[in-house]
Amino acid sequence: MNINATLIGQTIMFALFVWFCMKFVWPPIMAALDARNKRIADGLAAAERGKNDLALAAKRSAELLREAKEKVAEIIALGDKRASNIVEEAKAQARAEGERIVVAAKAEIEQEVFRAREQLRTQVSVVALAGASKILGREIDAKTHSDLLDKLVAEI
Amino acid sequence: MSAEGKTTSEYIQHHLQNLTCSLQDGHFHCAHTAEEAKAMGFWAINVDTLLVSLVLGLVFLFLFGRVAKTISTDTPSGMQNFVEWVVEFIDGSVRGSFTGRNAMVAPLALSIFAWIFMMNLMDLVPIDYIALITEPMGIGHFKLVPTTDPNATIGMAVGVFLLVLYYSIKVKGLGGFVGELTLQPFGKFGLPVNIFLEGVNLIAKPVSLALRLFGNMYAGEMIFILIALMGASWAGASFGSTLLFGSQVMLSLGWAIFHILIVTLQAFIFMTLTIVYLDMAHQEHH
Repeated sequence: MNINATLIGQTIMFALFVWFCMKFVWPPIMAALDARNKRIADGLAAAERGKNDLALAAKRSAELLREAKEKVAEIIALGDKRASNIVEEAKAQARAEGERIVVAAKAEIEQEVFRAREQLRTQVSVVALAGASKILGREIDAKTHSDLLDKLVAEI
Repeated sequence: MSAEGKTTSEYIQHHLQNLTCSLQDGHFHCAHTAEEAKAMGFWAINVDTLLVSLVLGLVFLFLFGRVAKTISTDTPSGMQNFVEWVVEFIDGSVRGSFTGRNAMVAPLALSIFAWIFMMNLMDLVPIDYIALITEPMGIGHFKLVPTTDPNATIGMAVGVFLLVLYYSIKVKGLGGFVGELTLQPFGKFGLPVNIFLEGVNLIAKPVSLALRLFGNMYAGEMIFILIALMGASWAGASFGSTLLFGSQVMLSLGWAIFHILIVTLQAFIFMTLTIVYLDMAHQEHH
């Protein structure tokens, strides 16, 4: 337990170890630790950002869904309106067509009546002539009285 | 047991004797007795202290240096994990007690802590085992724990003291440092008292560093030796011998477990005080 030159040796060794540690051991370890700290912080920030993005996206998708539903409802309403319009139009058309057919039929009937009347008129003149000739007997010549008969026919 | 053929006091003295060697008449000569070691004077070295502390320092630098070389920022594993844990612990301590800006303090603290911790840890090697290796090699004395040699602890404390002086002068200037020693706490008229008080204050730093570590480790080693003596008095399979042997086993176990705390605590105290002293050296006013 004497104090001797060991003391000096120990001091020199101490200085060398500290120097080596300061030069080659501490800086790379500290740099790596700092880098990892930064990476972890960045990762956490990114995760936070991702979470925010996700919430935002969820909100946006809900909004889109709501909009789409609204649009669908609108389209359905529009379709309904359109369908009822078409039915109304078809009804109106059918009514008009029916009326037209009725009018045409009426005209045809009138025409038919007219034709029948014409026919009847000619036949009436013939019947009248025959009746008259029967009454007068051969006195009346059809040829001489034709203008008279014609007048009669026109009157009917 | 190597205590055979020795008296109790011889056994104790044997274990407290360093392997002191010096150059005599052109060749290297190692002392066999305490008197011989004392006679060598200052220019002798304790080979065991220097060798063990050198090997332990190199082990520390090798382990940490290897990790520092291959360190990655990915998920750490194994040794890197351990090294990072130690480094972060030291860094936290330095940040907690050192207020200045100096890139040297943290690696200094790490070196001190790791080195002293490993030197102290040698205390847990059973004291007679080292003799099993050294005695066949013809080496009579070999103290495995460098911190039980005051040369080692004073050597480190001197290193710290030189750093304290260097940074005091660097930060405050030579005038500021001398002023701090002479002009407080009683102003310039109390100069002799100031020098005495501040001088004691300054000298107390390395002395307390060195002697606290040495005292604790030396006392611990001493108790290990005393515990080892219990079993050494084995004298046949009698009740008393068996009781003593059992006591040795239980006591060395208990003391070793307690010593794990001392080993770490003393390394930590040396490191923390170094940081605090350097912090004081960096402060303009105190």
